[in-house]
Amino acid sequence: MSETAEHTGHHIDVKEFHPRAQAAIHDPKIRKNFRSAMDGLMSKRKTAFEGWDLETLRDLGANVRLRALANLPDLLEQLEKKLTENGIKVHWAVDGDEACRIVRDICKARDAKTVIKGKSMVSEEMELNHYLEEQGIEALESDLGEYIVQLADETPSHIIMPAIHKNTGEISQLLHDKTGTDLSNDVEYLTASARLQLREKFMNADVGVSGVNFAVAETGTLCLVENEGNGRMTTTVPKCHIAVTGIEKVVPSMEDVSALLALLTRSATGQHITTYFNMISGPRKAEELDGPEEVHLVLVDNGRSSIYQDDELLDTLRCIRCGACMNHCPVYTRVGGHAYGTTYPGPIGKILMPHLIGLDEGRHLPSASSLCGACGEVCPVKIPIPDLLVRLRQESVDGDKLHPAKVRGHGAKRSSMEAMIWKGWAWMHASPGIYRFGTGAASKFRALQPSKAGAWTDYRTPPKLAAKTLHQRMKERGQ
Amino acid sequence: MVDPIKVYPAKPAKVYFYGTCLVDMFYPDAGIAGVELLEREGIEVLFPQNQTCCGQPAYTSGYHDEARSVARAQLDLFPGDWPIVVPSGSCGGMMRKHYPDLFKDTTDEVKAAEVAGRVWELTDFLLNVCHIKLEDLGEPTTVAMHTSCSARREMGVAEVGPKLLGQLKNVNLVEQIRPEECCGFGGTFAVRHPEISSAMVSEKVDALVDTGTRQFVTTDCGCLMNIAGYAEKNQKPVEGQHILSFLWSRTQGKGGSSHE
Amino acid sequence: MSSRETILQRLRNRTGGELTVPECDFSVLVRDDWSTKERIERFEKMIESVHGEVHHCTEDMWMERLAEVLNTRGARNLLIPKQHEIGQSLRTAGRNDLPELLIYDEPIESWQSHLFNEVDASITSTRGGIAETGSLILWPNEDEPRLMSLVPPVHIAVLRASELYTTFHEAMKAQNWAAGMPTNALLISGPSKTADIEQTLAYGVHGPKELIVLIIE
Repeated sequence: MSETAEHTGHHIDVKEFHPRAQAAIHDPKIRKNFRSAMDGLMSKRKTAFEGWDLETLRDLGANVRLRALANLPDLLEQLEKKLTENGIKVHWAVDGDEACRIVRDICKARDAKTVIKGKSMVSEEMELNHYLEEQGIEALESDLGEYIVQLADETPSHIIMPAIHKNTGEISQLLHDKTGTDLSNDVEYLTASARLQLREKFMNADVGVSGVNFAVAETGTLCLVENEGNGRMTTTVPKCHIAVTGIEKVVPSMEDVSALLALLTRSATGQHITTYFNMISGPRKAEELDGPEEVHLVLVDNGRSSIYQDDELLDTLRCIRCGACMNHCPVYTRVGGHAYGTTYPGPIGKILMPHLIGLDEGRHLPSASSLCGACGEVCPVKIPIPDLLVRLRQESVDGDKLHPAKVRGHGAKRSSMEAMIWKGWAWMHASPGIYRFGTGAASKFRALQPSKAGAWTDYRTPPKLAAKTLHQRMKERGQ
Repeated sequence: MVDPIKVYPAKPAKVYFYGTCLVDMFYPDAGIAGVELLEREGIEVLFPQNQTCCGQPAYTSGYHDEARSVARAQLDLFPGDWPIVVPSGSCGGMMRKHYPDLFKDTTDEVKAAEVAGRVWELTDFLLNVCHIKLEDLGEPTTVAMHTSCSARREMGVAEVGPKLLGQLKNVNLVEQIRPEECCGFGGTFAVRHPEISSAMVSEKVDALVDTGTRQFVTTDCGCLMNIAGYAEKNQKPVEGQHILSFLWSRTQGKGGSSHE
Repeated sequence: MSSRETILQRLRNRTGGELTVPECDFSVLVRDDWSTKERIERFEKMIESVHGEVHHCTEDMWMERLAEVLNTRGARNLLIPKQHEIGQSLRTAGRNDLPELLIYDEPIESWQSHLFNEVDASITSTRGGIAETGSLILWPNEDEPRLMSLVPPVHIAVLRASELYTTFHEAMKAQNWAAGMPTNALLISGPSKTADIEQTLAYGVHGPKELIVLIIE
């Protein structure tokens, strides 16, 4: 959020990553919930792509996204023109606050008191619910996972499965406490109870707010991917529908969508397709009997145009929000989604959030990765996530005039002590004679090697220096 | 991924051996084993004494100027056009995949790309360039294998280790659960995020122990130091060694394809 | 400057300069020509794997099958299209094994509560199906409004086997979607479902609990 933030949402201090990660690691329930969920999702994804030439499909996905990004300003204008022709009103917001105000103004103009919401990560990014509440407008989540998370006054811990950190017992207790349902471990019963509660809300809501998966410029179509039907309810039942989306979500044509859809659902949950693929190209026509009278699209920048400036960082904007990177991330699996303290957790969060909140606030994000590469390997649009993590690490420690800042908070992690250590390290390793002398001496006096080496030896024995280095042994062999 | 389709060179008369700093200081036996295996294949091994470190620790920590100055000191070590073999997927990946990026738009751009193109992970080289045939001289035993993430994903050699071990008739290779998952080393990650790293390595050690074997081999000394160090500190019944040490000790003195 | 101008200007004047536009080769999406039989088999397999139900019918007996489907579920009524031949034939069939037939012929505002609480089942046409993913294509209109396939607990869809495409890519090309889209278009692949509670599947969370497809061969 910008410094001019009119409202203060549920700010979680991103800087407190370590204590939260540690707490999660020592919480057997969190560990078990995430481990079993991620194991399941990984295996489903694998199965879902059987019979496909996955590499070629991912190449297509990457190219489709790159093509769209290459023409981004033109496509946005085309989208706006086409949507306007179709009767959808288009709004532009430079940041989350402006987007919130746009939504509020639309609500106020209709004298709306209640908003029902379909799943939208951008609205989480905007902290829209909190803002609307402050404005006296009730905002209720209707995606079951989001509904649960909202009842618990929490944030989603996964972008596709918001309540994945909770088990059935906890959800039963929560629904019992907040809505008076009976305590039960029967998921059917719990789901049916939520259906009844939310149907009432759909019928009475003044406005529906949803996200968008793909916005198609050629036909002026907003595409939404979902399983539950709450997205269709949200975009059909209330008289006014407001869709909010990031400016990067636009693609040229429905053909592009067919490629991305094939990748999205399989990568996300291992489904060949979701139950509903909802394509909205206009409000209710005069002769139609249902659908919203008004449809709005709020195009949200919120840092994206900054990412767009740099050729390498731009790849971040390819993301189609499938969550496969977090499903396959060994760090995310251990710490869960809440430890990050960011709207988007996991690998994509680590490369996206620094642009949204600044590298100062998100200082722990880029380093919280072993760079194992699992994320980049499964990304359906081939975002080189590990390379971008390294790039952001570089941005965090760069502090001199030679390196112009590309990311807000550039150099926030620079410490002169650490920089000096690396300079010393580089000097030694760029000087072979000094290196050989140093390593040779270390071997010779290896008995003096300390048995403690900081955080390493809290959990492991120290590596043992050999009696002779490879350099020495090769020299002895005459090589 | 480096190259979707790798083009292996013909078996050369000589190679440059790039030992890596971890092997140099902590696991020279693994380096010697690699040299012995190459020599048994009839290849002359050139060891540039001026080699130090590939620069990866600084690179992944974001200190690219420092990484570049160290990497630059390596570029002149390989004047001939012989392949450069590295007993590590991680250092190999740094040189093969990241050197071209690191030196992009510098005066060393061409040289860096040329060096990068000659870098091979050593087990990959033994299997696919030397077409090594291993004759197992050891007692029946069971072993598990951990392929490092960079060996798997940057160098694309996930199949190589198991194939080499498969040539050893008395060795039963067992697979742990989630073989493709990171052990939690990640260089400076292990000390910057020690709790997360230890949560990862503890599960890796459990996975190895659960196979019932008492030993594992790996392509990379970083993983070895992490997994074996954790197992030792926590008294878990599994020990590790570099795959090259294991292959050499199983076949010592005999069994090379060119000396039968 | 408006936010619109600010954003567009930032994008147009990007410091990195002009971006190259990659070629997009969609041939990976094109599947070998499956026979009608293969398409039906695949469609059936896919939609059943997500809890959908398929009945093979002919022009002569689909109504009979429909009546069975409704009777086994104890449906008190069925929402039908007014103009579409499905609705016309049902109304003129004079069958006594069908429940009360309802028509969606007034704006939702005047009967929302009734639709949400009293309608047991609906039947709609489709604009074809997609074999590869087991999907139905629906373009709701004034005759078959959007909520018809969403609100009643049982949705029955009529699919002509001849209109079964292999892939989504093929369907949108064949039907020339690029030329223009209706206010709302849908792919429906099974009944409404969720796995938000500990990854346990539950059906009918917001939309229909059951999706029944009558394939007319």
